[in-house]
Amino acid sequence: MSECLSWHASCILSGMPPLVSMKGITKHFGPVRVLDHVDFEIYPGEVHILAGENGAGKSTLMKILAGAYADYQGRIEMAGREIRLSSPLDANRHGIAAIHQELSLIPSMTVADNLFLGHPMTSQGFVRARAHRRSAEDVLQRTGINADVSSLVEDLPISVQQLIEIAKAIRLEARVLIMDEPSSALNAHDVETLFALVRQLKAENRSIIYITHRLEEIHRLADRITVLRDGRLVGTSEAAELPEKKLIQWMVGREIEEQFPRHTPQISTEALRVENLSVRAASRALRPLVNRVSLHASRGEILGIGGLQGSGASELFLGLFGALPKRTEGRMTVDGKQVRIRSPREAIANGIALLTNDRKATGLIASMSVTANMCAANMRNLAPHGWRHPRQESRITAEMGQALQLRAASVDMEVGDLSGGNQQKVAIGKWLTTNPRIMLLDEPTRGIDVGAKHEIYQLMNEWTAHGISILLVTSEMPELLAMSDRIIVMHRGTITAELSRKEATAENVLEAAMGRTNGGGNGR
Amino acid sequence: MGAGMVGEIREPLRRDTDAESRTQVKASGMAGVLQTVGRALTSSAGRACLELLIVLLLGVIFNADGAFFKEGTHRDTLRQASVYGILACGMTLVIITGGIDLSVGSVLAVSSVSFALLTMHMDWPWWLAIIACLGLGAVLGSASGALVSNAKLQPFIATLALMTFARGFAKYITGGQKISTYVTQGDKVIIKELPAIFKVIDSRILGGDVAIVSVIFIVCFLIAWVFLARHKWGRELYSIGGNEEAARLSGVPVRMAKFLAYTFSGLMCGVAGICQAAQETQGDPETGSGYELTAIAMVVIGGTSLAGGRGSMGLTLLGILTIGYLQKILSINAVPEAGRLMITGIIIVLAVLTQKRRTK
Repeated sequence: MSECLSWHASCILSGMPPLVSMKGITKHFGPVRVLDHVDFEIYPGEVHILAGENGAGKSTLMKILAGAYADYQGRIEMAGREIRLSSPLDANRHGIAAIHQELSLIPSMTVADNLFLGHPMTSQGFVRARAHRRSAEDVLQRTGINADVSSLVEDLPISVQQLIEIAKAIRLEARVLIMDEPSSALNAHDVETLFALVRQLKAENRSIIYITHRLEEIHRLADRITVLRDGRLVGTSEAAELPEKKLIQWMVGREIEEQFPRHTPQISTEALRVENLSVRAASRALRPLVNRVSLHASRGEILGIGGLQGSGASELFLGLFGALPKRTEGRMTVDGKQVRIRSPREAIANGIALLTNDRKATGLIASMSVTANMCAANMRNLAPHGWRHPRQESRITAEMGQALQLRAASVDMEVGDLSGGNQQKVAIGKWLTTNPRIMLLDEPTRGIDVGAKHEIYQLMNEWTAHGISILLVTSEMPELLAMSDRIIVMHRGTITAELSRKEATAENVLEAAMGRTNGGGNGR
Repeated sequence: MGAGMVGEIREPLRRDTDAESRTQVKASGMAGVLQTVGRALTSSAGRACLELLIVLLLGVIFNADGAFFKEGTHRDTLRQASVYGILACGMTLVIITGGIDLSVGSVLAVSSVSFALLTMHMDWPWWLAIIACLGLGAVLGSASGALVSNAKLQPFIATLALMTFARGFAKYITGGQKISTYVTQGDKVIIKELPAIFKVIDSRILGGDVAIVSVIFIVCFLIAWVFLARHKWGRELYSIGGNEEAARLSGVPVRMAKFLAYTFSGLMCGVAGICQAAQETQGDPETGSGYELTAIAMVVIGGTSLAGGRGSMGLTLLGILTIGYLQKILSINAVPEAGRLMITGIIIVLAVLTQKRRTK
């Protein structure tokens, strides 16, 4: 790595121009500015790590470079000349290719056909299948990928599929490859294969932009590092000149002193204990999503669970809630009694509630009324003999609406027509009507405005005051630090740190979230 | 009590600038009336009513020398729509889950020929034959229910398979023949008397004003309505159609609810098959083919969404009447079958186009 660095330094010192430079890139989603005058340069033959917390703008910046968003402001130059990227095809033409986080291969087609998808070799309009195969074999050999070009992609292990995704970019003679967390699903062995390929690409003088949440990968791969925070550029540095501590500082920033209303809790008896809980991935070849996690939470306590994308915290919740019964194993105790939870119904019967992290996809039924949604999880009590009592349902909904300060024209309107914050209140109210003793809150303030956020924090205080135990997953560091009485941090499915409220700082939480196990609790 | 509470929720709204508050603006005078009408037409029920009104207006214009204004025409419309209507009741529940049941016509045929066989040839008592046919329909429906909910087959495929299987089954148990009161015994053909139950079902009550099949339809309709509107199960069906994953995570027994929806649809086919046999005074293994499409059209024209999650029995009733009247008006005007089919197809497209929910 050090030779590369010196080579690099010399290359920059000698005034060699960057291959691609992005200048003053700004991008809005509606009224929200997600990128604010970001500058970013890529030199030939470098591995450039792009780092930042969730929502820092990394993926958006890379999507602009890959041609996915045409409506950006700013300048992109390639070898000194301005280019305008308005489609992925445009980007490909300029030698830029993105390797997608979620695979973009067509599973039912062969490796060769996938490599030439969208850019087939033809003669008089007919696809030259044999030429495809020969050329595909060539590409695979060059990159050292061990796969038969005539086999169907769906028959190959995910790790090989990931490599073929990269081969696709190489086939396009891409000079700049964008890799967005390419290792997130891979097990340790496949990660090594990926690294070897990255090094080889670098040796071929291609540039790689690599987004990752793992310190280990940054150490092993980085030539240079750029850090984004809240859509702004924090800085770019040679990897050797950016020690871990400083990197973390760059990522968290300093101004996180926001006002959160957490009251001193009245923590009493243990409400939940989990021992060695594991959740398998859908395919056995992939690393487990949650790997032998043990934790406990008490009545009146908020246990914060920190972690970056792919940490497994959301899957931990699904596992606890019985939503993935065939893939979950481990022991669970609720209020001192050992339980086995094999379905969400059983979880609800045991006093557990799960607020999912995506209210549109998994939380609410947008086409149904506020009342129907509020009562959805509690039908066993509201309709014990099967027949519903509409008047009782509206009364409960109205009371809950009042308690949550829900703003809706009527309880009969469709939930899909409410604003985001009010939808979230319905999603929360749905669980409160079940009188839960343990609430699993996954990103409870995602996508809602500041006022509504504050209301939800206050509600969390009220619930804990009533002896409810809260497990809180959040990707917002200030929220995690301010609302949690205790914090555990997850990284790739395991717990890497457990911190008391006093010990926890943005720095040590982030360090643990990026895989540094001994980084936590410097006060211990 | 409930209304008062709702009012209190509405209170903070006046200070709110959410989009929904705009619908609260009150208008007055003529503009207000127009606005009210306009708003009514943006609801599914409003549009379904409008469609029915247009079809009735067509009847008034093309009244076939006053035939449309005779009481008998309306009575017949309801009678002729009844068998389809019974199928549409089960279909509505299935469609609300986001599924579809293509097998209803074939299952109706199985029930129809079984009823004829059991009562005419095997001399079963009428009540036992009815129970057997309803059971048979429910069992066949539960087969597609199990394929959809447990084996996770697509509803289209599962019920297409059952549609084919049940048609074959109807032909198998009848040897491909129509089952009538002409019974072969050895070499002789004897003519049996038509069982009384056939005459009862095909008769009319209240001074000949209401057909028994229409009464049966109304009972089926009320049963489907009460379950859909007032039972936990109905809520579950809506929530599965609206967002199956969210429903599952709210503790809804997704598989059981879906299974029962298809079983209920099968049961309705059993009922419809008995009515069909009584009206045709025979069990025809070819009967009911294409009925699934009419039943689906009735549900969809009413405004129940094929995507699931939205709709109601009330809408289906409007759909049943719309198609029923359309058929009747075309037939009293002696429009030949070719034209009838083409016009019905066009009307279905127009109706569904007006039902499309405006995307924001």
